[in-house]
Amino acid sequence: MRLKLRGMKWGSVRRRAVAILLLVFGLLLAADLSTASIPDDNPIPSIFEPHSTPADSIFHLSRFVLAITGMIFLVVFVLLVYVLVKYRARTTDSPHEPPQVYGSTQIELAWTVIPILIVVVLFLATTRVIRAIQDAPEPANVVEVTAIGHQFWWEFRYPALGVVTANELHIPVSDPANPTPTYLKLLSADTDHSFWVPQLAGKTDLIPGRVNTMWMDPHRTGVFLGQCAQYCGTQHAKMLLEVFVDSREDFQAWVNAQKQPAKQEEDVGAGRHVFETTACVNCHAVAGTLATGRFGPDLTHMMSRRTIASGAAENTPENLGMWIQDPEMIKPGSLMPAMKLSDSDQDALVRYLETLR
Amino acid sequence: MSSDAMTIRAAGAAGRPWVEAVQDWITTVDHKRLGILYILYALLFLLIGGLEAIVIRIQLMRPHNDFVSPQVFNRMFTMHGTTMIFFVIMPVMFGFANYLVPLMIGARDMAFPRLNAFSFWLTAFGGLLLYFSFLGGSGLYGAGNAPDVGWWAYAPLTSRAFSPGHSADYWTIAVLVSGFGSIGTATNIIATILSMRCPGMTLSRMPLMAWMTLVMSGLVLISISPLSAAQIMLLVDRYLGGHFFDTQAGGSATLWMHFFWIFGHPEVYILVIPAFAFASEIIPVFSRKPIFGYPVMVAATVSIGFISMSVWAHHMFTIGMSAASNTFFVLTTMAIAVPTGIKIFNWLGTMWGGKIQFKTPMLFSIAFLFQFLIAGLTGVMLGTAPFNWQLSGSYFVVAHFHYVIVGAILFCIFGAIYYWYPKITGRMLNERLGKLHFWLFVVGFHLTFDPMHIPGVLGMPRRIYTYEPGRGWDSWNVIVSVGAFIQGIATLLFLANLVLSYFKGRKAGSDPWDAWTLEWSVSSPPPVYNFAVIPAVRSRRPLWDQKHPEDPDSRYE
Ligand code: HEC
Ligand SMILES: [Cu+2]
Ligand SMILES: [Cu+2]
Repeated sequence: MRLKLRGMKWGSVRRRAVAILLLVFGLLLAADLSTASIPDDNPIPSIFEPHSTPADSIFHLSRFVLAITGMIFLVVFVLLVYVLVKYRARTTDSPHEPPQVYGSTQIELAWTVIPILIVVVLFLATTRVIRAIQDAPEPANVVEVTAIGHQFWWEFRYPALGVVTANELHIPVSDPANPTPTYLKLLSADTDHSFWVPQLAGKTDLIPGRVNTMWMDPHRTGVFLGQCAQYCGTQHAKMLLEVFVDSREDFQAWVNAQKQPAKQEEDVGAGRHVFETTACVNCHAVAGTLATGRFGPDLTHMMSRRTIASGAAENTPENLGMWIQDPEMIKPGSLMPAMKLSDSDQDALVRYLETLR
Repeated sequence: MSSDAMTIRAAGAAGRPWVEAVQDWITTVDHKRLGILYILYALLFLLIGGLEAIVIRIQLMRPHNDFVSPQVFNRMFTMHGTTMIFFVIMPVMFGFANYLVPLMIGARDMAFPRLNAFSFWLTAFGGLLLYFSFLGGSGLYGAGNAPDVGWWAYAPLTSRAFSPGHSADYWTIAVLVSGFGSIGTATNIIATILSMRCPGMTLSRMPLMAWMTLVMSGLVLISISPLSAAQIMLLVDRYLGGHFFDTQAGGSATLWMHFFWIFGHPEVYILVIPAFAFASEIIPVFSRKPIFGYPVMVAATVSIGFISMSVWAHHMFTIGMSAASNTFFVLTTMAIAVPTGIKIFNWLGTMWGGKIQFKTPMLFSIAFLFQFLIAGLTGVMLGTAPFNWQLSGSYFVVAHFHYVIVGAILFCIFGAIYYWYPKITGRMLNERLGKLHFWLFVVGFHLTFDPMHIPGVLGMPRRIYTYEPGRGWDSWNVIVSVGAFIQGIATLLFLANLVLSYFKGRKAGSDPWDAWTLEWSVSSPPPVYNFAVIPAVRSRRPLWDQKHPEDPDSRYE
């Protein structure tokens, strides 16, 4: 084995090493993907697969930083290994101490100046990207969304469009020729949160008593995953986030549907009665009814969402029933209380909720 | 049989009764005993904090695991962080400073022995108070126990609205009390180094360990105070109707962040500068050469101390600061990389041309060099604000700072224990167990913290008790957990070595490593008074001068 290795060219050794690394990486990823529950077109929220300008500029900067730090690493690592091999104590050494060297001004100057130069380069590159992202001029056609972090869910309001929704953010794709970026105004109703969808932009915190902003202009349609990235309490882990980047037509259709008041279907009157006569209405809003609470997610079109409770469970009738019976079963520590309804009330209620499309 | 018992009892009566020994230790004001107490206390908490880490890693081994509830998980990472920072690394560093600094500068004790004891016991009670929260945290309210606010305890999560009960109070008061202990000890160290050096020990002849401990203590004074102030303000908010951080009444969440990180960043250097100190003592001895560029090392340490006070907001790049502020903190953060880099090169320069002996303390120091290099480079990545907007709050950061705290600091602490254990106990640690510990720990460390960067890059936030499958995080988390278990085993091995070698270890003699600083000139363990005659020194390596009268250092300095 050793002989063979020695016979091989360095290039082929390297190629093989890279191939093995890629294989391992690929196998691990494949293993991870095979356990995926939701079929997504875009399941891995990797920062190295950007689909929007801010994420893309960061990706470019990060490649540059990685290249420089990688080079520094290689140089120092090689030096270290060289020193360890070359200057290891050997049994054949003379018993005398090695020459006692106390320092060298020239050498020390060199390894002060070179890092300073590297730092200057890195600093300039970084500054450019900071300005490009933070001070980007705002084009005329922006979609404005106010995102409000709550313990443990997201509220999204589109003030110009008259739409209110939760947890699943819909935004239009932005064509570079005619950009329609989305500008988010970030607020918090309680503790700190952080809005992070790695493929679209870096994270920005939602801090009570403070207004933050961020923007993104997705270049392709699809679903992009993210989640709250600032510890905000018990269920910080299940404060998931999905961004649906729709084609312009789909987005318009979605907006039109969301603007409708809630459907009023006759045959679920019983469930609706339960809803409107219990505390649900104090915490939840359903447009066009007397439910105007804002402590929990707006339910007007809750059936248009893929999940409930900020991605904690799929939006199915069974899960809805379980959620209303006792949210602890799905999301222990969530701020919705168990409503302790009778079975028949609960069934009626779920049937009513199912009409809120 | 009965006669055996008789002899034992007789022996006990002849020797000192154990109560007396315990009383001796509790009331001691001897810097060496207090140093040992600090270190033992820290090792105890290392076990506890390690156990918490294991709980965390079991829970995260697979997605949607329910080994512990979210509440318990959140307490675990809060306690793990608080414990490791305030009750493991800081006490260890104070322990070594206490034990070694007087010996190294030729003094008989610290400047204020009783303040020394007082400070230790403050810290000790702080730790007990923190852990008492597991029992008493519910208070009268029956809500929660043990703090679960994260070790930064960000506002407004700590306000009474979001943290009812007393768990947040236990966190605040425990850390506050131990902070007072730290301030006491730091003051003491500064006074000792500035005024108790033996004749001939000018500042420029002090061992680097003394210099670095001095800078570290200065940082403690400057940075613990704002934390203590903020904690008092928090208590005022919670109980006296203040609104400093109470966002529901117009208080400011970012104010707490600033206070915390004005403490928090220098804190990193409070922990890592003593680690540099250990490396700067160990690497020369096992390379058989003096430290390369002593004046530059001192200058780099002092400048790290200063710059470290102007970088805090790099922990806050995501809070929506203006482009100008972000740029400023990028600049200062990058600047600190320069003196840090200089140090790495100077250590390499020390080894260059030497005769490197791979004894266990040196192995840990070499691994430290390698790992600290990587930690520094991932730090540079995190320091470029836009990259930070992606990486901060993710597992990448967790990997980065564990690279610093375990890969650099804990490795140096292990190295220091292997190096000075003979001085402290009079016996050598078992070298074979030591090497086994080293290799096992290296493997565990890299299995844990190398792959941990990747889920961060793939979007996994920190402080989540569970995660979704299918995001590319699952396998990495399994590897990370396995690595953590290996580190746990290695640590147990190390503790076993400490105990076994205490009874069975080879006798050390006063100078087992053929070293050059003053602590090796006295017996192991040193006498209570340290030096029968206060030594006088003429160079940075007094013992070198003694061993090589034909070619003393004093000729060159
Ligand atoms: C005390 C306030 C409160 C009351 C009362 C309340 N909820 Fe909720 N509800 C919430 C909160 C808060 C959430 C978000 C929980 C989370 O995701 O962590 C929520 C979430 C929900 C969701 C999931 C919405 C989504 O899109 O994710 C549904 C459905 C729901 N509640 C239905 C009900 C019904 C039906 C009732 C009455 C029987 C009710 N709630 C009563 C606070 C309340
Ligand atoms: Cu959150
Ligand atoms: Cu920092």
